[in-house]
Amino acid sequence: MESNKNFVLGVFDDEEVLLHAVEKVRDKGVKIHEVYSPFPVHGLDEALGYKKTRLPIAAFIFGMTGTSLALIMQIWMLGYDWPMIIGGKNFASLPPFIPVTFELTVLLSALGMVATFMIVSDMKPYRWPQQFDLRSTDDKHIMAIDLATNKIAKDDIGAILKESGAQEVNDKNF
Amino acid sequence: MVAEENYEFKPEAKKKIAIVGAVGIVLFILGVFMAMSSGSGHGEEHASAQVLDNLVASTEQAAAAEGHEAVAEEHHGSPVWLKRVYTSLWQNNVFFAGLGIIGLFFVAIQYAAQAGWSVPVKRIALAMGHWIPISGILMLVLWFIVKADVFHWTHHDLYVEGEGFDAIINGKSAYFFWPLDAGGFPLFYVLRLVVFFALWYMFFIWIKREMLAEDINGGTAHWTKARSLSAVFLVIFAVTSSIAAWDWVMSIDTHWFSTMMGWYVFASWWVTGLAFITVVAAYLKDAGYLKLLNANHLHDLGKFVFAFSIFWTYIWFSQFLLIYYANIPEETVYFVTRINNSPYGWIFYTNIILNFVLPFLLLMTRDAKRHLSMLKVVCPIVIVGHWFDFYNMVTPGVMQHDGALGFVEIGLAMVFMAAFLFVTLNALSKAPLVAKNHPMMGEALNHHI
Repeated sequence: MESNKNFVLGVFDDEEVLLHAVEKVRDKGVKIHEVYSPFPVHGLDEALGYKKTRLPIAAFIFGMTGTSLALIMQIWMLGYDWPMIIGGKNFASLPPFIPVTFELTVLLSALGMVATFMIVSDMKPYRWPQQFDLRSTDDKHIMAIDLATNKIAKDDIGAILKESGAQEVNDKNF
Repeated sequence: MVAEENYEFKPEAKKKIAIVGAVGIVLFILGVFMAMSSGSGHGEEHASAQVLDNLVASTEQAAAAEGHEAVAEEHHGSPVWLKRVYTSLWQNNVFFAGLGIIGLFFVAIQYAAQAGWSVPVKRIALAMGHWIPISGILMLVLWFIVKADVFHWTHHDLYVEGEGFDAIINGKSAYFFWPLDAGGFPLFYVLRLVVFFALWYMFFIWIKREMLAEDINGGTAHWTKARSLSAVFLVIFAVTSSIAAWDWVMSIDTHWFSTMMGWYVFASWWVTGLAFITVVAAYLKDAGYLKLLNANHLHDLGKFVFAFSIFWTYIWFSQFLLIYYANIPEETVYFVTRINNSPYGWIFYTNIILNFVLPFLLLMTRDAKRHLSMLKVVCPIVIVGHWFDFYNMVTPGVMQHDGALGFVEIGLAMVFMAAFLFVTLNALSKAPLVAKNHPMMGEALNHHI
């Protein structure tokens, strides 16, 4: 089998053991590619040392896009392109535009956030996600370590994983 | 599991509160003298009256109602400065009564939702509830003092065939006077006022008793009992808070009506109460108390303030948009007297900036909600903003063109704030600051978001 990406997987079945293992493995200087777990593990983000997500910034920008788009659209349509008197109000009066503005803000920020998240997480259409071990959707936590980003030998990483409580240590190649 | 904490109401804190109260009294007296000596400014009054008449000229009915109200007030009204004092007293009392009731409401919500995160701050909300009996007595006494000036509908000649007869108000008379004759003693109204406060106080006593008994006895029985009481209270509160809003706020503009008013007043009270709980929690944290309160609990409080600022805006806008769009004279008169009318125009816009724009932008990020430094900026803004909101609800309807926002109003607000703070902190020092045997303490300690 042709393999250009080589991973070592640590399999854990207890989240407490996993949390400590993450700390130990990182202390030894091993870079963790990702941890897959069947349920959210509190404190895992901190243990993995993830940077704060920048998704809210994307959401804000998408939201502002929605707000301006809605306002520009309505003011242009009802104020300039085809002025219409509705309910005796001015052509471009703000209050009736607010509900549409609100809805477009929410819609664009929601859709934009989902799209951003999917792109960042490599979940594109026609792209089968890399599954390291299907048991991570059932009852096991899988710690994936990318050999390409680590200088430590594969066997040493396996030993470190075993030492920190992994039940199994497996190879995975894509 | 948790070290016992007792809040000590130190003399320095008392002194600070006393200074706020004293400055308030001085400002108030100064304001009254200024208002008395400046006179009512009749020329100015006529000018603005004309502006208003022009604005509503297209709406004959509203114009007629305005004219009629002006006539009635000339007959019965107290001097302008005294009316200002009465209006401000009523506005402040309604505002702070709401803060007290929200204290109990917050506790009840936490029980009904079986919430665990709020254990560290529940005692603060409970302490706020101690204001309920005081505000109840004040409300009753004040009502009899201010009724002729603040509540137009109390005038007898509105209900008698003749020059002063008002068909619209007469149609609503049963709501005030039942079962007595219209124009006499408003038994139904006063009865509601008394019964509401009695109900709220009763539930306050019952829920407080369970909470404090839990400290001594432990177990889950007290929690379960408090939860049942809370559930019943919430049903009662849903009805009473709404009717209280019609009685104490909406009936000032007797001709006008809005089905959003109950929600609107509630939303304003609720977000103010949440901001107040957060401010007190911040104060206690800074003073070295509430050791188990961490950024996660603050995050939840911040989310509450943020979310309900938006909720308030949603209610505000729902009321405004429908009235604006339908453009029915008897409804638009409410906003006409508030937007285009000096001296209220700037307050109308300030209200939206303080209560929506600032909290929305300042509390949007996760970090802002998790740090005391930002919460300590936003929550006072929200509290002051909703004081303006209540000013905007009460004053224009009573004072018409003579309204002002000066030393009288600011002074009284400070006096009320000092009294409310004193009662809250005093009550807080009487019981342990954090529940000792709360069944959900573990959840609160491990709260992580």
